[in-house]
Amino acid sequence: MGRYVARRLLQMIPVFIGTTLLIFLMVYALPGDPVRALFGDKGADPTTVARIRHDLGLDQPILKQYWDYMTGIILHFDFGNQIASGRPVRDVLGEAFPVTIRLASLAFAIELVVGIALGVWAGMRAGKLADSLVLIFTLLLISVPVFVLGFIFKLVFAFQLGWMTPNVQDDTNYSQLLMPAIVLAALSLAYVARLTRTSIAENLRADYMRTAVAKGLPRRRVIGVHLMRNSMIPVVTFLGTDIGALMGGAVVTEGLFNIHGVGGTIYESILRREGTTLVGLVTVLVLVFLFTSLLVDLLYAVLDPRIRYA
Amino acid sequence: MTIIDKNADVPAPRTGDAATPLLEVRDLHVEFHTRDGVAKAVNGVNYTVSAGETLAVLGESGSGKSVTAQAIMGILDMPPGKIPHGEILFQGRDMLKMSNEERRKIRGRKIAMIFQDALSSLNPVLTVGYQLGEMFRVHQGLSKKEAKAKAIEMMDRVRIPAARERVNDYPHQFSGGMRQRIMIAMALALEPELIIADEPTTALDVTVQAQVMDLLADLQREYNMGLILITHDLGVVADVADKIAVMYAGRIVETAPVHEIYKRPAHPYTKGLLESIPRLDQKGQELYAIKGLPPNLLRIPTGCAFNPRCEMAQDICRTEVPTLHRVTEQDGSELPGRGSACHFWKETIHG
Repeated sequence: MGRYVARRLLQMIPVFIGTTLLIFLMVYALPGDPVRALFGDKGADPTTVARIRHDLGLDQPILKQYWDYMTGIILHFDFGNQIASGRPVRDVLGEAFPVTIRLASLAFAIELVVGIALGVWAGMRAGKLADSLVLIFTLLLISVPVFVLGFIFKLVFAFQLGWMTPNVQDDTNYSQLLMPAIVLAALSLAYVARLTRTSIAENLRADYMRTAVAKGLPRRRVIGVHLMRNSMIPVVTFLGTDIGALMGGAVVTEGLFNIHGVGGTIYESILRREGTTLVGLVTVLVLVFLFTSLLVDLLYAVLDPRIRYA
Repeated sequence: MTIIDKNADVPAPRTGDAATPLLEVRDLHVEFHTRDGVAKAVNGVNYTVSAGETLAVLGESGSGKSVTAQAIMGILDMPPGKIPHGEILFQGRDMLKMSNEERRKIRGRKIAMIFQDALSSLNPVLTVGYQLGEMFRVHQGLSKKEAKAKAIEMMDRVRIPAARERVNDYPHQFSGGMRQRIMIAMALALEPELIIADEPTTALDVTVQAQVMDLLADLQREYNMGLILITHDLGVVADVADKIAVMYAGRIVETAPVHEIYKRPAHPYTKGLLESIPRLDQKGQELYAIKGLPPNLLRIPTGCAFNPRCEMAQDICRTEVPTLHRVTEQDGSELPGRGSACHFWKETIHG
């Protein structure tokens, strides 16, 4: 097990370098010039532009820029400064990530509890009315785009019923974050529910379930221990990879509810050609993805003893 | 302990009837309601099992032998399964009239079941120690630690080597024979009065089959349990069973004490089964097979269900369902325990 973890951690190094380099090159290839953009519509003095470019290191070859950037991150935990405001990117990240973590964990909790509950409910009654209802409901969630769902929620719960504020004013207030979290969770929730349902319905027919009943175990135990342990294996895999997606993929939801998290910051920095900010954000996200996938693989072995890593 | 005391005055194993049988199945019917119609899996089965006695239920796939066992155990899927009538008396009480909770308490504690495929019948993600210990924790309220000690004890009893080291292993880490031993240990854990073994050796290779059957027979003698052995392997039956019930299309077509059936079958179907066993002294000759296929349970033939495949079939076989006749000697003297559901049983046994 220890050797497996060590090998996985070592494998992360090339993945990390590859992804960050790719992002760095893509940002470099974007049209537009952040320095020229500083001057707005006014024509900029070429010598001033050249000086700023030199100060920022933008006149260096691209691979040298990447090298300087990465050594800064790894050795000094320094993500550089934003070009327009001169703020350290580290501060920008420090502001954006807590907001996104709050939103993502709330969404994750909703997805986990509601998704699994719906899935178990439907799976136990496969082929009956309850099952069809859940399937139709989840199909609806999967097929409606996030921004449509977000607008419907805003319209109904904020403007018509007045239960919630339409936009998030205080992003440390969980009751304000609830509505965006539900919208964010909706899609994954549908997948979790369907995955759980299938898994439960399938394992319900397994031979070991018959054995468990024949042993005279109470129904609670047959379902809670024998059925759930087996049925949760695929669901846990999905939930694990979804953490990464929730952390980085909230661009639309954050924009809709005016939340200044990672998604919003990524969107802004793409618009403003803020390469350093963008690469910094994505670097952290890559790390989050790498670690959650490792965690999922380890958890997988814990849940299913037939899988052993050497 | 009380179980052993109570059984002390019961006749020794393999000698036969006690006053009230341990289990009595009376006119049991089971049907499955499917999209294509009603499949009549069991059509009026009667049998009894006493303490210490082994009843072998023999038949092809689809003859209703497993369904009968599942009905006794109370693990039929209902729906689609349904028991329209019949009684299953366990120690004189009809289990079909009991509440679910009452039946649950009998399962595992008084009647236990051994399944065919031990790999799929054991939970793959729980250790064998946990699955064994669960019996003690649920039925006797033992702590986790006590249950594990008991689990090791049971594994020793079914002769699993190095039980203490292997108690935390998972089912897939055991060989097929060892897994079946764990199934047996689980069934025997609470010293039940009746064990139903549903083809316990079918998934095993021949040498292991013999070991497992010997083990089962030894333990049965030790605990003086009733045993229902469901099988389609006539070879397995001869060594361990006391009496045999042959099933065909959901009915019992012949009952007999074990050795008599080999000598003189009283039903053409049993005769066919016996003749289709490969024999060394007939090496090189073509092996006999019963012609045709088992009947479709949605459309069981009228009259005797076996008539389309029977070499002796006459008109009466196509119109009248034969009852289970008492089989007697040619001079009319009683043959205890023998019965045949054939209009022409006399011709079959004495012909």
